[in-house]
Amino acid sequence: MKGITKSFPGVLANDKIDFVVEKGEIHGLLGENGAGKTVLMSILYGLYKPDEGKILVNGKDVDIDSPRTAMKLGIGMVHQHFMVVPSLTVTENIILGREPTKNRILLDAKKAFNDVKEFCDRYKLEVDLKALIHALPVGVQQRVEILKALYRGADVLVLDEPTSVLTPQEVQELFRAISALKNQGKTVIFISHKLREVLAICDSVTVLRRGKVVGTVKANSTNLSELARMMVGREVIFKFDKEQPQTRKAVLKIENLQAVDDRGLPALKGIDFNVYACEILGVAGVEGNGQTELVETLAGIRKATAGKIILGEIDITEASPGKRIQMGTSIVPEDRQKRGLIMGFSVMENIILGRHDQPPFAKGLVRINIRETLNYAKNLIDSVAHRSNGTINVREVLSSARKLMESLILGSRDKTTIAKGFVRLDITQTSDYAGRLIDEFSIKTPDKDTLVQHLSGGTQQRVVLAREFSRNPKLIIASQPTRGLDIGATEYVRSKLVDMRNKGCAVLLISADLDEIWALSDRIAVIYEGRIVAVEDPEKTSETEIGLLMAGGKFG
Amino acid sequence: MLPQTIAIALAFGVGAITLLLTGYNPLEAYVAMLVGAFGDTFGIGQTFAQATPIIFTALAFLFAYKCGLFNIGAEGQFLIGAFFAALVGISFSGLPSFIHIPLALGAGILGGAMWGFVPGVLKAKLGAHEVITTMMLSYVALYITGYMVNYPFKAPGWVAQTVVISPSAWLPQILPPTQLSLSIVVALLLVAATHYTLCRTTVGYEVRAIGLNPSAAESGGIGIKKGIILALVISGAMAGLGGAGEVLGVHRRFIEGFSPGYGWDGLAVALVGGLNPVGILLASVLFGALRSGGMTMSRTTHVPLDIASILQALVILFVAAPMLIKYLLKRGGVKKWSS
Repeated sequence: MKGITKSFPGVLANDKIDFVVEKGEIHGLLGENGAGKTVLMSILYGLYKPDEGKILVNGKDVDIDSPRTAMKLGIGMVHQHFMVVPSLTVTENIILGREPTKNRILLDAKKAFNDVKEFCDRYKLEVDLKALIHALPVGVQQRVEILKALYRGADVLVLDEPTSVLTPQEVQELFRAISALKNQGKTVIFISHKLREVLAICDSVTVLRRGKVVGTVKANSTNLSELARMMVGREVIFKFDKEQPQTRKAVLKIENLQAVDDRGLPALKGIDFNVYACEILGVAGVEGNGQTELVETLAGIRKATAGKIILGEIDITEASPGKRIQMGTSIVPEDRQKRGLIMGFSVMENIILGRHDQPPFAKGLVRINIRETLNYAKNLIDSVAHRSNGTINVREVLSSARKLMESLILGSRDKTTIAKGFVRLDITQTSDYAGRLIDEFSIKTPDKDTLVQHLSGGTQQRVVLAREFSRNPKLIIASQPTRGLDIGATEYVRSKLVDMRNKGCAVLLISADLDEIWALSDRIAVIYEGRIVAVEDPEKTSETEIGLLMAGGKFG
Repeated sequence: MLPQTIAIALAFGVGAITLLLTGYNPLEAYVAMLVGAFGDTFGIGQTFAQATPIIFTALAFLFAYKCGLFNIGAEGQFLIGAFFAALVGISFSGLPSFIHIPLALGAGILGGAMWGFVPGVLKAKLGAHEVITTMMLSYVALYITGYMVNYPFKAPGWVAQTVVISPSAWLPQILPPTQLSLSIVVALLLVAATHYTLCRTTVGYEVRAIGLNPSAAESGGIGIKKGIILALVISGAMAGLGGAGEVLGVHRRFIEGFSPGYGWDGLAVALVGGLNPVGILLASVLFGALRSGGMTMSRTTHVPLDIASILQALVILFVAAPMLIKYLLKRGGVKKWSS
């Protein structure tokens, strides 16, 4: 591809990109979200038309105006979101659009099956060909997608972020399959923003940044930090400095915690662990093993069916979410758009969520100081009762009555006010606070009144962090805190978590990303089918061991 | 407000075509309507008098809507409020006005609040959908008040109505002989209070949070159930206050069937007003003008009064239809390319 330029309203997605892939290699296309990887590949696959530039296949100038043309030229693509028909079998999906027929009308099911079988064997991609797609795990569905592309005669296979939906074990299988394809002489373009994967599987790597090619390097002559620098444009931290804790005080104690999922089936089957101050406890596990329920139960939005949650010294098993927030729990939810933020609220409104009913943000509109009111009432009665010379002192009565009214309606300004009426949001205080946090957490927003739905994913996560980390939490529960974030934002979130740990917080980190668990945790707990199957010291364990435990394998 | 303005213009356009097809001069009709609604103090008074009850019911719909609730039972809350106010109005005599009027208005608030509390509790505790419960309670209110003024509280005579309330509970009229009363001032204050409550108080903040994203609100420590009940109570109270205002300021008694569907108009006006308090005020005045101007139009020209109703229906149609389409599009989910 030469000099490819493509712009969308307001964005230059691809800026004079030259991209060369050799026959028979695995070529990584690396870049952050929005760097232009998918756009470039969509042009190659005929989904978009470039504004400028040309595409050469085997040295010949070609005009790819549709995916059909791309397929004719031997280019196949597997999208991030699969395009399979869930109710059809694997074979039916693979032959879709190129069905072998008898007499041009009838489907030749036998030939189809044999053809596909032969394909699977040749590329060593094992699939149960008669299974229905929707019954298959994601990793296998992906294999079907790859087979489909091959069946249509693809020589160049584009895989768009293929590992984002896979477990570590499935990733390993995918890598084996990609190597097998290479041995068969196929060319693979591997789109990713995960550095390790690119280094592990690719022969050469092209890095994109903001729509431009930063460079193309051989995988065996580069390393992690060089690629990261190319991708982000500056040095990236992978290891964080952690101070050793002075004390070992348990902030959160969980005893035999049990809960059911939305269908009423047991999701947590007796969880025990402690999280200590100045510690990050990483909970590793394949998604759907009870992580979501664990976080929700700790947050107080899902009822525990048995067991205890103890924060500090206090049993909070029955406490409301609001109470837990006040007691020093901060939560970074896994689904920030659903649980973490109110998309239709402004940055400011989101930042005070959870503290909106506390001073200094909330102020009494009607404040009644009971003692003062009673005093004035007594004065009033006295002044009516007390008759000098048998007549009521009108002036005295009126002034007492006025004071009584004032104390009822306006309230006094001292702090002994005990009854609060309708509570007013103090706009000056909230604005100041929001402004301060926007600076402190470098939230990229036009202003504090912008709705969070208009912000990017990374910025939204910063809003969540700003809110959760700035209320002096004792315990932070961070669930998949960097999911969907680009490398810069990921680094920021991770460094903030370490900061909070160093400041004395107990941090419970729940993540499906093993790299993340590895980089941050002081201890690693592995969750499998609602149980903590092991708690390991990262110094004394290996990724293989954790991976096995995550997949339910017992170790040793 | 642009979509609403376009919708209103379209409605008048289609209305003009209707007039032409039925052999009337649209220009003449519209001018008569405009003059009738705003041409003299009487017209203006009637316009605002007609707008007053709708302001209350529209604000009631708005408040619940901000909490993600469809309170379509404003009609019932309005009627109960009106009836409670009438009861207090006829039960006391000899009270000074500055006590009697607030007392009667307070009774109206209480009645409406009760009629909002029940669906609120049903929703919060049992998950019963508020559209069903508020609508059903509307009929309960209609028939209870109907029974009351036909039997226990029936005034002598043929009409199903209570006796006239004590003069001490009368809300003063502003522009006699029009029906405009001090209730319009209460309505205007309520517009301001609603805006303030929604934007500047913790109650409003929580109500809006629940309406926009109950999951996140819950995670943020907001009591969802409490919020839902409170929103419906406040919503009902607003409608009830409107009913009380009509009784104390216009009819001076509870008459069966005195509301031509103010509760339902409120729903439409809230939508036409773009679901914000100031928009609601403007939309209420538009609807009030259609009513009072329509009457003048049918008197001075030969255009039938139904044209006013047709215009009103067209405005609702043009405002509601795009909202519906938008809603359906959102649900259909437009496919997007992810990069």
